[in-house]
Amino acid sequence: MYAQLVDTGTKRLKTREEMSPEERDFQDKIDAETKIEAKNWMPDAYRKTLVRQISQHAHSEIVGMLPEGNWLTRAPTLKRKLQLMAKIQDEAGHGLYLYSAMETLGADRDEEVQKLHDGKAKYSSIFNYPTLNWADMGAVGWLVDGAAIVNQVVLQRTSYGPYSRAMVRICKEESFHQRQGFQILLDMMREGTQAQKDMVQDAINRLWWPALMMFGPHDDESPNSQQSMVWKIKRKSNDELRQMFIDQTIPQLEFLGCTAPDPDLKWNEETGHYDFGAIDWKEFYDVLKGDGPCNRERISTRRKAIDEGTWVREAAVAYAAKQKQRAAA
Amino acid sequence: MSEWRLYEVFVRSKHGLNHKHVGSVHAADNEMAMENARDLYTRRSEGVSIWVVPSDTITASASDEKEILFDPAEDKVYRHASFYKLPDEVGHM
Amino acid sequence: MTEQKALQDYLIRLADSDMILSQRLCELCGKAPAIEEEMAVMNVGLDLVGQARNWYEYAAELIDDGRDADKLCFLRDALDYRNLLLVEQPNEDYAVTMARQFFFDVWHYFTLKSLVDASDERIANIAAKAVKEATYHLRRSSEWVKRMGDGTEESHRRIQEAFDLLWRFTGELVTPDDTDHAMFKAGIGPDPEKLKQDWFGMVREVAAQATLKTGAEDAWMYMGGKSGVHTEHLGLILAEMQFLPRAYPDATTW
Repeated sequence: MYAQLVDTGTKRLKTREEMSPEERDFQDKIDAETKIEAKNWMPDAYRKTLVRQISQHAHSEIVGMLPEGNWLTRAPTLKRKLQLMAKIQDEAGHGLYLYSAMETLGADRDEEVQKLHDGKAKYSSIFNYPTLNWADMGAVGWLVDGAAIVNQVVLQRTSYGPYSRAMVRICKEESFHQRQGFQILLDMMREGTQAQKDMVQDAINRLWWPALMMFGPHDDESPNSQQSMVWKIKRKSNDELRQMFIDQTIPQLEFLGCTAPDPDLKWNEETGHYDFGAIDWKEFYDVLKGDGPCNRERISTRRKAIDEGTWVREAAVAYAAKQKQRAAA
Repeated sequence: MSEWRLYEVFVRSKHGLNHKHVGSVHAADNEMAMENARDLYTRRSEGVSIWVVPSDTITASASDEKEILFDPAEDKVYRHASFYKLPDEVGHM
Repeated sequence: MTEQKALQDYLIRLADSDMILSQRLCELCGKAPAIEEEMAVMNVGLDLVGQARNWYEYAAELIDDGRDADKLCFLRDALDYRNLLLVEQPNEDYAVTMARQFFFDVWHYFTLKSLVDASDERIANIAAKAVKEATYHLRRSSEWVKRMGDGTEESHRRIQEAFDLLWRFTGELVTPDDTDHAMFKAGIGPDPEKLKQDWFGMVREVAAQATLKTGAEDAWMYMGGKSGVHTEHLGLILAEMQFLPRAYPDATTW
C-alpha cells in the first residue's frame, strides 16, 4: 500500500524443524497473536523487513505532502484551506509516528531518510503522479487515502506492537481525510458548474489506475508476501485488499455520478465482487523504479529541504550545547 | 548519526490519569522536545500535561528478565481485591 | 473617519495580515528544514487562517454589503488589501522566515493582549482565543531567533542578515495612523505609544540574548501596507491565492 514490494530477504519459508528454538518461540507468539515488543528477541530478517516496511510507509506520508502542497496555496475557500492544512499536518505527524515506531527497532531516522534521498528507499508510487486541478485534492483524499485506509485498518493488528499502536492512532486521525476528499468531489458534482464537474471526472480518470496500483503486484508476483503474512507484518494479500477497495468504492463513485476509466468494470453476480480490467504493470514498475511523472521532482524537493535546512538543525544543536555548558559553569 | 536527540513522550490525557507513553520526537534541547511533542501528540487536544525524557536515559527491563521480574507477582493474588471473598450481605466495597 | 469605518478597516487589517503570513507559511509545505518544523509551520499557519476567518466574518457583518468572509479574502485586489508589508516578504531562507515570524509575533502578541480587553465584546472574544495561539507562536519564534543568533557562525550571519533585511518593514507595525488612533480612542485597539515601547522592548531583549543587533528606531521605514500601497510581492501572492475564485466566477461552491 504505502509500502509496496517490501523485501523480506527470505527465499522460502522455514519449516518448523529448520527453526532455532528462539525462532520457534517467536513464531508461537505470533501465532498466538501476542504482540512483539522492541526488547523481545526477533529474527534479524523480521527486524529488517519491518524497518523497510515502516520506513517506506513513513516516507510515503512525507512525500505525500507534496502533491497536496501543490494546491495548498490555491485552496479556493477559507474552509477548504483549513481542512487541507490540517490534513497535510496530520500527514507530517503520521510520518513522525511511523519513524518513531521504526526507531524502536534500532534504526536511525536520519539514515533512513538519507536512503530515500539517495534513491535507495521506496515510497508509494501514487505520489509520483501530478495534481493538476483542484478536484485532485478531493480525489486524493477519497481514492488515495481511501486505498491507504483499507490497508491500514488491517495493519492495526500487525504483529509488531509499536507499529500496530502507530496504526491505531493513524487510523483514528485519518477517518476525516477520506470524508474530506469525498465531500470536495460531492459538493462540486452536486452544486458545481459544468467546468467543476469536468474537473472531478478528469481527476478520477487520472488517479483511478494509480490508486489501484497502490496495493502492489498480484499475489503470485509478490514473492515476499508469504513470509510477511506468516510474520503477520502483513495481514491480507495485495489482491484481497485491492478487491475490498474496489467493492467499497464503486457505489461511492456511482453516488458521485462519475465513471471509472475502465470499460471492463462490472458487477459479477456469481462472485459477489466487481470484475475489473488489467492493470498496466509496466507503468507500475517504471514508476516504482523512479521513472514516474514526478519522481525526480519529489525527491529533489525533499532532498533540497533537508540539505538546505542543515544549517538550521546544526544551529539548534550548537545552541543547546552552549546552553548546557553555561548551565554547568 | 542522528543530529537531534531522541526523546520519549508521555501524555496525561485527562486530569487524574497517569501519563502514558505515546511515542518519541527528535529535538536539539528539552524546550524544543516539549514543543515538538505538543505539536505532534496533542493536535486534537489529547492532553493536559506532557513529559519528555531523553530516550537514552531510560532503563528498560529486558524481555528475557520477564520471569524474574514479573512472574513472582503472579502468585501474590492477595494483592488483588478479587482475592478477598466477602459475604454478599456486605455489599459493594 | 467615523468610528464604524475605522473598526471595519482595523478588522480587515488584522485579517489580511494573518492571511498573507499564513499564505507564506503554506508555501513552505514539504520544504521546512526538519519534519518537526513542518508540523510547527503548519500549526502556526492553521492558527492564522482560523483567526483571519474570525476577523473576516465580523468585518463582513459590519460592512454588510453582501460579501462574506470568503469574498473579502478572495475577491479583493492588492490596493484593497491592508496587511502589513512585513508579512508579504518572501521566505528566502529559514532565517528570513523566522525573523519575519518573530517581528510579527511580538506585534501580534501585544496587539491581541490588548484586544482581549476591547470594549467590543466580539473582538474581545476572538482575541481571547487568538492570544493563546500567538503566545505559543512567539515563544517558538523567539527561541528559534536565539538558536540561530547564538548557534553557529553561519546561523548567526544568516539571522543577522535577515534582521537587517526586514528591519525597514518593522516601522509600520508601531507607527500609528488615523485608524489606530481611532481604535485606541474607542477603547478597542492598543495604546500606540505603549505598543511601540512593548515591541521594541521585547525585540531588543530577545535580540540581546541572541547576540544580534537591531536597527535604529529612527531608521528609514518602508510603510504603506495599512493604506493599500504594497511591495511588488503582494500582487503575485494574491494571483496565486485567488486563482480559483477568479478563474471560475460562476462557481458558487467549492
